[in-house]
Amino acid sequence: MKNTFKWILYSIIILFIILHNDFWFWKSSQIILGLPIGLFYHILLCIGTSLLMFFIVKHAWTEK
Amino acid sequence: MILAIIFIYLVLVLSLGVISHKFFRNTGEDYFVASRNINWFMLLMSLFGTNMTAFSILGASGEAYHRGIGVFALMASSSAIIIPCVFLFIGTRLWKIGKQFGYITQVQFFRDRWESNGLGLLLFTVLVLLLIPYLLIGVVGGGRTLSTITENTIPQWLGGLLICAVVLCYVTYSGMRGTAWVNTFQTLVFMTLGALTFIVIMKGMGGLSNALKSVDSNLLIQEGNIKPLELLTYTCIPLSVGMFPHIFSHCLTAKDVGTFRYPIILYPICIAIVWIPSVLLGILGNIDFGGLKGPAANDVLILMIRQYAPGILSGFLAAGVFAAIMSSLDSQSLSLGSMFTHDIVRPYLRTKGQEKMSEYQQVWLGRLFVIFIISITYIISLIATPSIFKLAIWSFTGFSGLFPIVVAALFWRRSTKSGVYTAIIVVILLWLYFFLSFWKTPGYTIGGTGIMPVAVIIVVSSLTLVFVSLITKPPSSETVNKFITMGKVDYP
Repeated sequence: MKNTFKWILYSIIILFIILHNDFWFWKSSQIILGLPIGLFYHILLCIGTSLLMFFIVKHAWTEK
Repeated sequence: MILAIIFIYLVLVLSLGVISHKFFRNTGEDYFVASRNINWFMLLMSLFGTNMTAFSILGASGEAYHRGIGVFALMASSSAIIIPCVFLFIGTRLWKIGKQFGYITQVQFFRDRWESNGLGLLLFTVLVLLLIPYLLIGVVGGGRTLSTITENTIPQWLGGLLICAVVLCYVTYSGMRGTAWVNTFQTLVFMTLGALTFIVIMKGMGGLSNALKSVDSNLLIQEGNIKPLELLTYTCIPLSVGMFPHIFSHCLTAKDVGTFRYPIILYPICIAIVWIPSVLLGILGNIDFGGLKGPAANDVLILMIRQYAPGILSGFLAAGVFAAIMSSLDSQSLSLGSMFTHDIVRPYLRTKGQEKMSEYQQVWLGRLFVIFIISITYIISLIATPSIFKLAIWSFTGFSGLFPIVVAALFWRRSTKSGVYTAIIVVILLWLYFFLSFWKTPGYTIGGTGIMPVAVIIVVSSLTLVFVSLITKPPSSETVNKFITMGKVDYP
């Protein structure tokens, strides 16, 4: 179970690398919370990566 | 007043280096890896501060000035994903093997892993040569900052010289502990002052939303500034972290493997904190300082500081830029000395198995080597006026090209000495080809497709490593077990 969860978390890393290529916002200059959407999206990606790393360290890291 | 603040800051940095020396245990291991006793906060600050240089402060704003928000996606968010993964899968394993076998440099590890002194020598040469452009970024950035902020009262040559002298003093005196202490302090300084700079300048410009309305809307989108394939292949650039000698050294300083946990979690947040202001200020620099051409845009952040935060604040903010630059230059200098001492002096300056020189003399020889390399870098900085961003990308390209080697060393039992040799030679030849042919071409990508040379170098070096390894004799099973089975960890 733990091993399966670990591999799910690793798959999310690959998903994040794919999501990094945000061609869906390529032409949009819409402003979200005071920031251009292309920049806002990548800031969210940084925060998301930090959360993902938290789960990896918490659940996939068994060494004391 | 600006000068007084900068000088006080430099004295403060030197003092911190001197104080840390009081904890020096008078051993080589303490000098080069701080007795492997650094806690998670200092590890995070050291790893992060070392990676953030003039590239991420001046280079990023200069590049964003020309290419807009896409610069954040190219370098910041890609680094936020890739670098923690490198620490998670590579850094922790290197720490364990380093601790187990007492390694100080990555060349020692690679030499033993593939049972080849020649391979170690080749890697040493390549790593040192690739570090020179990286060092150059700091020296050029430091000189530029001081000359721009003082309106040429202090010329660029003097600024570069000053930064080299300060770094050399505390690195040679207090080694890794001093470097880690100063790095922690400087990383906190540049993160805090970076945020302060952003707030002050935004206030002066009437708020972010207001300022963004005045800027060319093309800079607020990626289309036209960045190609999709460029964004995809840029993801290869942060892999360079896995082969930086100074990052390897910092990884070895961790107290235990659990020390890596918080740095892995918090690294992406730290990246966002530094790069958001750099990129936004670079874009907004177009409002007041339009028309800057090429590398001249590297000065845009300093020009904005001078305009919107004159006087004392300007001095503090310039000190913040200095902090970012020195926190990289120090680790790079120390790793150069460490590599020269452990990879050249110790293995090659021996007579009948006995060391010709005492440990004290060896460390001094390492220090002289650092002074020699920094002097060469300084002289190059007087002749060349490169774009900080582009110079860094070429340096990172070379290091990233070598990344398959560390992966093979840690994960692939069948990798061989010949495979690694050939892969390194392929990296050298391809790097030289791309660099010599296209370094003058702004924003060069292969055939204008957006594909970065780094992606091609990584693919070709990986294929070469695999192919040649499969047709040549692997190292003894004893060696393979030593590094792969014993190096195994109970996580990732």
